[in-house]
Amino acid sequence: MSELHTLIGKKWKKPPFIQRTWLRWTLLLGFVAYLVAAFMTIDVNWSRVYEGLERGKQFVLAFTNPDFTSRSGDIWEGMIESIIMTVASSVVGIAISIPIALGAARNVAPLPVYLICRAIIAVSRALQEIIVAILLVAIFGFGPLAGFLTLSFATIGFLSKLLAEDIESMDKVQAEAIKASGAKWTQWINYGVQPQVMPRLIGLSLYRVDINFRESAILGLVGAGGIGATLNTAFDRYEYDTAAAILLIIIVIVMTLEYLSGIIRARVQ
Amino acid sequence: MPVQDRKGQKIWQRRSGRESLMHWVMWLIGVAIFAYCWQQISESTTWFFVWDAPRIANDIWTRATPPRWEYITQLGKPIWDTLNIATLGTIIALILAVPVAFLAARNTTPSRFIVRPIALLIIVSTRSINSLIWALLLIAIIGPGVFAGVIAIAIRSIGFCAKLLYEAIEEIDESQVEAISATGASRWQIMAYGIVPQILPAFAGVAVFRWDINIRESTVLGLVGAGGIGLQLSSSLNVLAWPQVSLILLVILAAVVISEWVSAKVRGAII
Repeated sequence: MSELHTLIGKKWKKPPFIQRTWLRWTLLLGFVAYLVAAFMTIDVNWSRVYEGLERGKQFVLAFTNPDFTSRSGDIWEGMIESIIMTVASSVVGIAISIPIALGAARNVAPLPVYLICRAIIAVSRALQEIIVAILLVAIFGFGPLAGFLTLSFATIGFLSKLLAEDIESMDKVQAEAIKASGAKWTQWINYGVQPQVMPRLIGLSLYRVDINFRESAILGLVGAGGIGATLNTAFDRYEYDTAAAILLIIIVIVMTLEYLSGIIRARVQ
Repeated sequence: MPVQDRKGQKIWQRRSGRESLMHWVMWLIGVAIFAYCWQQISESTTWFFVWDAPRIANDIWTRATPPRWEYITQLGKPIWDTLNIATLGTIIALILAVPVAFLAARNTTPSRFIVRPIALLIIVSTRSINSLIWALLLIAIIGPGVFAGVIAIAIRSIGFCAKLLYEAIEEIDESQVEAISATGASRWQIMAYGIVPQILPAFAGVAVFRWDINIRESTVLGLVGAGGIGLQLSSSLNVLAWPQVSLILLVILAAVVISEWVSAKVRGAII
């Protein structure tokens, strides 16, 4: 009530997003200081940028007139390789990440197993696809095998973490009911846990397939197979119409995957 | 409920006969596709190298350890560049993503049949192309350097930020908007006082989340020449200076872990 009295007669002001005044001002000042420092250290060669605008225009125009035909053999091969890598790595990655997810869920696994599985997930998440790909290409040689292993490895970190979180937040009652009927551990997982996390598993898997395809498009840059090598060559030779064609194909495939996964997810949920 | 009749005793089954048949056919097709893919991969693999891999891995490991610690003095500027690429890229992306998100959200878009599809197309196309590809493209257009990296990160992030933002806008509480419009507010005032306060936490969360991802992505942009610590990585790789490579990888790992920690802290404080 007293608060109301102090407020009456004053003009209303929007409440600030950060309540503490000193914190708000330090954050703001620090941010501005950082921005100034950042802009000072970035040297932009504006004349080079200006020269490049013409090429940029050509590239944008290339999108209106993409060239699918003159390099169709290379594009086709690269795309098939990307798709094969995506499918194979998604299957293997998902198959491996299910047991790891079970191990990384505290309500299913004992503590030592939990710690080991969490460590695997942390390592897989911290290392980036492209860096893993560089190392694997150095070890296994050029080709889609390195890309396949990279994507499988990355899938494990992503899927296990999210699936483990879902398992940890499942409904205990159902799982206990199965246990009370005298089920073995495998039966308990199969009838008590799996039906609860299945919709999430399907959704996440589809999302991961989508990510794996997008990533497979760049692995070729470091020699790990897929469409990336063709795309890189097209850029290096300034064949923007071919590059535009490849990018359009990637966009269309990603859109299709997203649309399909939307339909499937709506059906399973 | 599917029940099997065996010698007069009824046994519960999870699926009926037809369902389980369908199930098996699906699995069979899946396995066949996987076998085909695996065969293709194995055909284009030089298996000699693969069998030799443990020796090579061991060799690289002995070359790469211990990391060349004194090299870290040369990494200060590249790390600063990497941080700038991620931060400035995120800021530019957010500035561009906000209008796109408002145009794409069903409840704020000015026209559902013309503007919304265009906004959605921008979101999908910027999202589906990796930042490394954007960097390749921008290097061809505006030349190598940090600036190309900033723009590449910015373009790549537009789709991501705009998608999460427009979903947040679509989930707002309409009654607040109605209350503001009942006071006679203009379209812009409704936005500023009815919609923006509701999506501000989501906005801050998205910004920090994307910044974290961008730190990861900007560490490798240098591989194609777009500035940052990746430049050092690629030049060290080219001269096979493995002790330097291992140090750079350690630095990248540290940057990723720190940025993830910061982003988790900030998001925890906001939400």
